[in-house]
Amino acid sequence: MARPSSDRLGYLLVAPTVLILLSITAFPLAYNLWNSLRHVVLTDPSSAGFAGLENYRALLGDPQFAQVLARTSLFTVVSVSVQMAVGLMVALVLHRRFRGRGLVRAAVLIPWAVPTVVAAISWKTMLDPQSGVLSFLFGVDTAWLAGEWTAWIAIAVADGWKTVPFVAIILLAGLQVIPGDIYEAARVDGSGAWHAFWKLTLPLLKPALMVALIFRTLSALLIFDVIFILTGGGPGDTTETLSYVTWREFLVESDFGGGGAVSVLMLVLSLVIAGAYTRLFRLDRREG
Amino acid sequence: MRATGHGRRKARALPRAGFALLVAAILVSSLLPFLWILRTSLMSSREFSGGVAGLLPADLTFSSYAENFADETFLRSLGNSILICLASTVLSVLLATLAGYALARLRIRGAGIILGFVLLAGFFPVLAMVGPLFLVYRELGLLDSPAGLVIAYMVYTLPLATWLLKNFFDQIPGSLEEAAMVDGATRLQVLWRVVVPVALPAVFTAAILSFILAWNDFAFAVSFLQTPSEFTAPQAIVNFGQSQFQIFYNRIDAAVVVITLPVVLLVLFAQRRIVSGLTAGAVK
Repeated sequence: MARPSSDRLGYLLVAPTVLILLSITAFPLAYNLWNSLRHVVLTDPSSAGFAGLENYRALLGDPQFAQVLARTSLFTVVSVSVQMAVGLMVALVLHRRFRGRGLVRAAVLIPWAVPTVVAAISWKTMLDPQSGVLSFLFGVDTAWLAGEWTAWIAIAVADGWKTVPFVAIILLAGLQVIPGDIYEAARVDGSGAWHAFWKLTLPLLKPALMVALIFRTLSALLIFDVIFILTGGGPGDTTETLSYVTWREFLVESDFGGGGAVSVLMLVLSLVIAGAYTRLFRLDRREG
Repeated sequence: MRATGHGRRKARALPRAGFALLVAAILVSSLLPFLWILRTSLMSSREFSGGVAGLLPADLTFSSYAENFADETFLRSLGNSILICLASTVLSVLLATLAGYALARLRIRGAGIILGFVLLAGFFPVLAMVGPLFLVYRELGLLDSPAGLVIAYMVYTLPLATWLLKNFFDQIPGSLEEAAMVDGATRLQVLWRVVVPVALPAVFTAAILSFILAWNDFAFAVSFLQTPSEFTAPQAIVNFGQSQFQIFYNRIDAAVVVITLPVVLLVLFAQRRIVSGLTAGAVK
């Protein structure tokens, strides 16, 4: 049914979308690569010039950057694991039938929909040592954001509050496409609910689990808004993450060569993780 | 296809009280932060500084809201946000409709690669783009301008909208279009008069999700906008209500309630659409 003219029209129709996305993703990537090999410090134009791998050498030789990588990875692993577990629990609860389920589902969706800024400020208010909810209810006046570990807890809580609903929604959709008669068959076999969960639900939920895991891992790795608002990287630089360091290099230090190098590393890291996940997933499907 | 047998059987295994407790915990943890900022936002600045004793403020007042709305910077930032997010929503849905239709229906060499790239673009680290785009925007005069943000926000909105609409077009039977084309309509006429009306639910879903994603932005705004009168609302409220001696959370939280309201309304009225859009293609 495609007429000869259809082909040209097809390219014409996808062109705007592809061109815009190329110019705001692929082009900045190329520009970062180029800048990362040069000295580009806006406040010091006289230093401009080719730098070779100096920016990368400076970055990889910097023990502080190693710490940034380590804490970003640790945060990603811990927070995503907890979010997946809690999200699965919420999904299992919302999958059951009970009165008012529609309302609870809407309530769960709201934290996902609010801007991250709102999530961060809400938790900042909640955790305020003087006017916060903990001080109000229990008289706890911990200055959460003043200590390294407590600040990380606050960050994880604010981030998790906004993102667990996403995990739950994806997993709930996964649960809903599992046909019920599979469980009927398992019941005939006489296996219990716990057994059915491990042997049937989890394996059948794998596609949804993988999707949630990829999305969550990549955005935890790139966490920025919550850090910016809750701690600004502090106390000291103990809550600075990859994205935060990138932002600081670009917009505080005006160093687009150094920032470019961090950006390139960050992109490579995201692609490696995304690639590894999809590979794992595909291998898995082939075997199954 | 419903898995009710599973649900009912587990209902017996798990004690009812424990289940009710779980539901309550989920509800409370989802809503408590809202109730708390609502409570804080209903205090006067004087009562807030004095330290509040009761669960409810002693004199419930909308004075924090009134103070915020009397603040021209806040009003402007709200206007900026609405304008920028609506513009990028309309533009993305329009472009995604064209691209999604072409990818679903027309013969394009490398369609798979194009679709793969569009999806991958959604995973691109936003902060990595900020630097190069800053340099380009500086040359083009797009720093401190709504247009610069509308373009940048496409990275949030276009991949999802294109994916959603392409999937939807795939499911529409081609017979309608063929009939119209036999009658002599061109492809574009068919798209506009036959396909888009059928696809309106998907178009709305794409629009709602695009708006929510654009409304969520902080990173681009805080990197590209420097003049307070150009700020977006989420950016403006971060430094809101801070005096030298105290952070007035009552004013901040009143502003938070205001910028949360649009998305809460969207969630309440379009819950199904949002969920179906978010999970489209995720669980096949």
